[in-house]
Amino acid sequence: MTEVTAPALTIDALGKKCPIPIIMLAEQINHVPLNSVVAVLADDPAAYTDVPAWCRLKSHRHVGSYELPGGGWAIHVRRNY
Amino acid sequence: MAYFDAASTEPLHPRAREALLEAVDVGWADPARPYTQSRRAHLLLEQARSEVAEVLGARPDEVSFTSSGTQAVHLGALGTLHGRRRAGRHLVTGAVEHSSVLHAAQLHERDGGTVETVGVSLTGRVDPAAFEAAVAREGTALACLQSANHEVGTLQPVAEVAEACRRHGVPLLVDAAQTAGRLPVPAGWSVLTASAHKWGGPAGVGVLAVRKGTRFRSFLPEDERERRRVPGFENVPAIVAAAAALRAMAEEAPEEQRRLSELVGRIRETIPKVVPDVEVIGEPVERAPHIVTFSCLYVDGEVLLGELDKAGFAVSSGSSCTASTLRPSHVLEAMGVLTHGNVRVSLPRGATADEVDRFLAVLPELVRRIRHDAGVA
Repeated sequence: MTEVTAPALTIDALGKKCPIPIIMLAEQINHVPLNSVVAVLADDPAAYTDVPAWCRLKSHRHVGSYELPGGGWAIHVRRNY
Repeated sequence: MAYFDAASTEPLHPRAREALLEAVDVGWADPARPYTQSRRAHLLLEQARSEVAEVLGARPDEVSFTSSGTQAVHLGALGTLHGRRRAGRHLVTGAVEHSSVLHAAQLHERDGGTVETVGVSLTGRVDPAAFEAAVAREGTALACLQSANHEVGTLQPVAEVAEACRRHGVPLLVDAAQTAGRLPVPAGWSVLTASAHKWGGPAGVGVLAVRKGTRFRSFLPEDERERRRVPGFENVPAIVAAAAALRAMAEEAPEEQRRLSELVGRIRETIPKVVPDVEVIGEPVERAPHIVTFSCLYVDGEVLLGELDKAGFAVSSGSSCTASTLRPSHVLEAMGVLTHGNVRVSLPRGATADEVDRFLAVLPELVRRIRHDAGVA
C-alpha cells in the first residue's frame, strides 16, 4: 500500500461547482509550507479533472484522488514552489 | 453578430438554399412510384446520391441517406455489429468520439456485447499502436474513429488506424461529421458517416456509406428504402440541397478552409498572449481548419458564454455548467485538460478577419471582469 501524506490543509469545497474549488485551491495553496499537501474535498465531477489539470498548468503536483465515503473525492496536491 | 459555432451547425449555403427551393417544387413525390412526378423525384435523389458519393470517395450504391448524422452513426455502428455477429461481439472506439458513437456502444454493451475505449493524449489524439492492440483482440466486430474531434478539432490518425484494421480484418467506421466538405475523406473506411447541416446543407440529412463487401444488416424492422439500410420515406428536396451544399463547400474548400485555418491559427497564437492563465487545447497543427478550443482558469464557462453573446459572439462550451447533464464534456475529461471556463470557437464559411480580431479584442476584458467578480486576485 502506498502511504498517503497527511494533508497540512484541507479545503472543503463539497457542494461547490467549478471553478470555485479551483479558485479556493489557488488562494490557499501558499498557506502551507513547501512540499506539504493540500487536500481539496469536492464532489463536482469537473473538479476531478480540473484539479489535476490546474496542477499541470501551475507546476504543482497532483498526488492522487481518493474517493470519499459520502461521494466526491479528496484530491491531494503537493505545493511545489 | 458574429456566428462562431459552425461545429454545431454551419449556416445554410446559398447554393443549398437555391437547390432546396427548386426541389421542393419538383422533387416532392414518392421516388419509389412508377409515374412521372415520381420518376423526377427518383432522378433527383439518385443524382444527389452520385454527387455526394463522388465528393466523399464512395460509389453511389454504397451511399444511403439518413435523417441525421447521429442516426447514420447509430445505424452504421449497430448494423455492422449485427452483420458481423458471427465474427464476434467486440467493439473498439476512441475515447473522444461523438456521443452518438458512445451511446451506440452503450446499447451494444447492454445487449451483451463488449466495448473497449482507447484513450487519447493530452491533445486528444488516439495512439495508433494502442488502437491496433485493441483491434487485434479476438472477436472484434467493428472499430469506430472520427476524422476530427468535434470539440477540440484534433485530427485522428485515420489512415494509420484503417491500415491496422485492414491487417486484422476488422471494418472501420469513420465518423467524418466535422470534416466532410472541408477536408478530403481519409482512405480506408468500411463505413462512413456524415451530417449535411455541418457542411452547409439543411438539417435532417445524414449520410451512411457502407463499402461494398462490408457485412451489414440493419437491426431495425424490415424496410425497403435506401437499400434496406435506413427506414422511411426520403426527404428528397433536403437531400438535393445537401448535395448542392457539399459540392459547393468542397469546391471552395482548398481556398476557404485554408483561410479559416489561418484565422484559427491567429486565435491559437494570440489568446495566450492577451489572456493570462489560459490553456489552448488540442493539436496545434494536425487539426480541423475551423475549430479552436481554449479554457480560462477560474472562469465560469456559462457566464463567459453569456458575456460573449452580449458582446455579439455565438460560441459554444464543453464546461459542465453549460451542459444539460451538468457534467463536463467527456472529450475534455478524456484529454485531462481544464474543463471549466471552456470556449469552442468554430468558424463558418465567410467568417472574416475583422470578426476574429474583434473577438480577440473583447475577450481579455470579459475574462478579467468575470475573474474580478468571482474574487480572483
